Amino acid sequence: MSSFLFQALNGLSAASGLFFVAAGLSLIFGVTRIVNIAHGSLYMVGTYIAYSFATVVGGMLGFWGGIIATAIIVGIIGAVIEVLLLRRIYRAPELFQLLATFALVLVINDATLWLWGPEDLLGPRAPGLRGAVEVLGRQLPTYDLFLIFIGPAVLIVLHFALARTRFGRLVRAATQDREMVSALGVNQAVLFTAVFALGSFLSGLGGALQVAREPANLAMDLTVIGDAFVVVVVGGMGSITGAYLAAVLIAEVKALCIAIGVVDFGGFSVNFSKMTLVAEFLVMAVVLIARPYGLLGREQGAVRSVAEPEEPIRPATRGLKLAGVTVLAVLIYMPLIAQDSPYVLVLGVDVLIAVLFAASLHFIMGPGGMHSFGHAAYFGLGAYGTALLVKWLAAPMLLGLAAAPLLALLGALLFGWFAVRLSGVYLAMLTLAFAQIVWAAVFQWEGLTGGSNGVVGVWPTAPFDTRETFYLLTLALAVIGVLLLRRFLFAPFGYAMRAGRDSPLRAEAIGIDVKRVHWLAFAIAGAVCGVGGGIFAFAKGSISPETIGVGRSIDGLVMVLLGGIQTLTGPIVGASVYATLQDTIMRQTEFWRAMLGGIILLLVLAFPSGIVGALAKFAPRRKDQP
Amino acid sequence: MSDVTNGAMLKVENLSAFYGAARILYDLNFEVGRGEVVALMGRNGAGKSTTIKALMGMIAQRQGAVHFNGRDISRLKPFEIARLGLGFTPEDRRIFVDLTVTENLDIGRQPPRTFSDGTPAPTWSPEKLFALFPNLAEMPNRPGGRMSGGEQQMLTVARTLMGNPLLVLLDEPSEGVAPLIVEQMANTIIELKKEGLSILLSEQNVHFAQLVSDRVYMLEKGQIRWQGTMPQLAENVDVQRAYLTV
Repeated sequence: MSSFLFQALNGLSAASGLFFVAAGLSLIFGVTRIVNIAHGSLYMVGTYIAYSFATVVGGMLGFWGGIIATAIIVGIIGAVIEVLLLRRIYRAPELFQLLATFALVLVINDATLWLWGPEDLLGPRAPGLRGAVEVLGRQLPTYDLFLIFIGPAVLIVLHFALARTRFGRLVRAATQDREMVSALGVNQAVLFTAVFALGSFLSGLGGALQVAREPANLAMDLTVIGDAFVVVVVGGMGSITGAYLAAVLIAEVKALCIAIGVVDFGGFSVNFSKMTLVAEFLVMAVVLIARPYGLLGREQGAVRSVAEPEEPIRPATRGLKLAGVTVLAVLIYMPLIAQDSPYVLVLGVDVLIAVLFAASLHFIMGPGGMHSFGHAAYFGLGAYGTALLVKWLAAPMLLGLAAAPLLALLGALLFGWFAVRLSGVYLAMLTLAFAQIVWAAVFQWEGLTGGSNGVVGVWPTAPFDTRETFYLLTLALAVIGVLLLRRFLFAPFGYAMRAGRDSPLRAEAIGIDVKRVHWLAFAIAGAVCGVGGGIFAFAKGSISPETIGVGRSIDGLVMVLLGGIQTLTGPIVGASVYATLQDTIMRQTEFWRAMLGGIILLLVLAFPSGIVGALAKFAPRRKDQP
Repeated sequence: MSDVTNGAMLKVENLSAFYGAARILYDLNFEVGRGEVVALMGRNGAGKSTTIKALMGMIAQRQGAVHFNGRDISRLKPFEIARLGLGFTPEDRRIFVDLTVTENLDIGRQPPRTFSDGTPAPTWSPEKLFALFPNLAEMPNRPGGRMSGGEQQMLTVARTLMGNPLLVLLDEPSEGVAPLIVEQMANTIIELKKEGLSILLSEQNVHFAQLVSDRVYMLEKGQIRWQGTMPQLAENVDVQRAYLTV
């Protein structure tokens, strides 16, 4: 029993750091409606900077002064990011900003690598709090005790600042209706910068405080942002108190898993400490299903979009059809054209898989209006469905491939049923949770899936065992997939989907079962994505958990946003550009992340409506436009 | 009307507005004199609210010139326009539901300002507004989300007045509130006019407009189809029937 309580105390001290990041994230999202993926990067930078202060300056001043200075520096970095980058893209479509902050993650990660090097850096122990106190017969570091108290202390300060100051009132008002705040004479730009700086300050503080507890490392940015998203969503978007409760809840559930350890269930031994990987996502899934807006959240006021209203999508024009046929013809002849450089066909297969992924993701994101952060789940189900069938049942290749869309379809039907009940960021986070659960299941079910080693030896058989024929098979499946999705969009089903996205109430009033339509859309997209996963397994000859992780979901989002979410050709172009960049640049330089991030940022600033969206602007417009 | 044309508070020339591919407003020309109450009238969808939002800079695609208190505001952002003394109360009120009455008022607070000729504009404080709206005085700490429609309507006007505006854009002040509140709203507008404020209101209800306004512009399908004084409209049943009666 005492070991449970001791782990519970440990959980409380871990909750503090998590709370700081989540509170900052929540504030920033509330006011600016930007989902700042780079928030975890600011936390990471905080730990590194605090490490430098503590080791270079050293002593009491270097450590404690360093923590304060770090928080201020990170706050300034946040303000600079807001002014230089985000301010230019507030008018861009909602999720486009996501792409920009994702690019920042890449750039900041490489900048950190360049400045501090690849080694993990553990700071000194906190001067003045080096000791430990005896709790329940064990030694609890005094510093952890300090962390347990600083979380609630900051919570109280923030709470009063939001309740009692004019700045706090403006933040709360803007969280509800920033356009109205602006019409009352408040300069949004200044408010946004201030909120961004405050959120970054909190994140930097959280990171800096970890310096004596955990080593600074380059993987912190994504793990922290993942945890923070979960905390914000579980606590309720915009609720600072909710964020603290959720941080405690999740840290405690994790601590509990560790405390339970290995338990025997009638012969089956389950290692609960391994469950920490998935515990937080299970908590999130349960909370979101029971309380769709989080513990203390409430339904978000409709965001009044500042972007231009979306143009209706139109059937392909003669010119576009001609271009499509031409590109297809070139692609069919590619094996002949590229006889001297076989790598082109390998790249081609990668690009086509990416196209399937992006087109199916776009199907639910664009016309469906459902922003999935966990599309990799269906890719993974397809890939593992194929690979396991081939490995365990020695199924022929085409049968294995046929299993891919089926398994993905089943997964999408199951997850989609829950997901379509939510909207906006909550939906995005629930899809992420499901994807993490798939990932964790694959990772931990070693007997079936081979665990972290994955399934190997999944090679294509004749006649698809040559590079050329496999490429052509991939091309055929990709073309069928893309045309199928298009066909759905221009059928009454597609109209119903868009109607449900634009105005759910009115759509229901004319007899459309919006949830059902969106659920089916989810399933269709999942199935098509599964095909991509199946091909992927054969293309690489293997499949492992790391290839179906959150990174792949984010890659897919980047592709869709890069191409432009409001067009149908966008995801195809975006996938091609991104997959090609990834396959070429990544092999050239150690700092490929920064390169990729830099390119994405340039594209974001140059083409705020995506590549195809920008091209469409140059095309002659139809009516009497201003 | 001679004093109006010379010293117009708000002068709008060829205002057009677009929403995506759709054109909503067609070259509107109108003005509001200092101390004048002008009604924009017309049926639902005629373009009244769009006109008001376009004046406030809240419609991205707009064309034409808007002069306010001697300055061109047609290219400014909403907060800059508000800071020049153009107040805006939206038809859906847009009260901050998490904030109390007092806090809502505080969001609207701005420094005092003067007209272009140097005379000071009327200034407002919560105390003065509580005197004007006694209902609000009874609930200073009530969250905006727990107020009735009429109370919210008063609060949205009071919140705008906290910015010490020179001219107030009132979008559908009589929409969706109880008859007693409508009457109170009319009295308030008359009160504000006495203080020296100019008001441009959008309205479908002739009786309400008759109580408060000096002049009328009649909108249909984004164009001004008729203009005249309030008494002229009151006499002209044909115009009322053509542009207002459902």
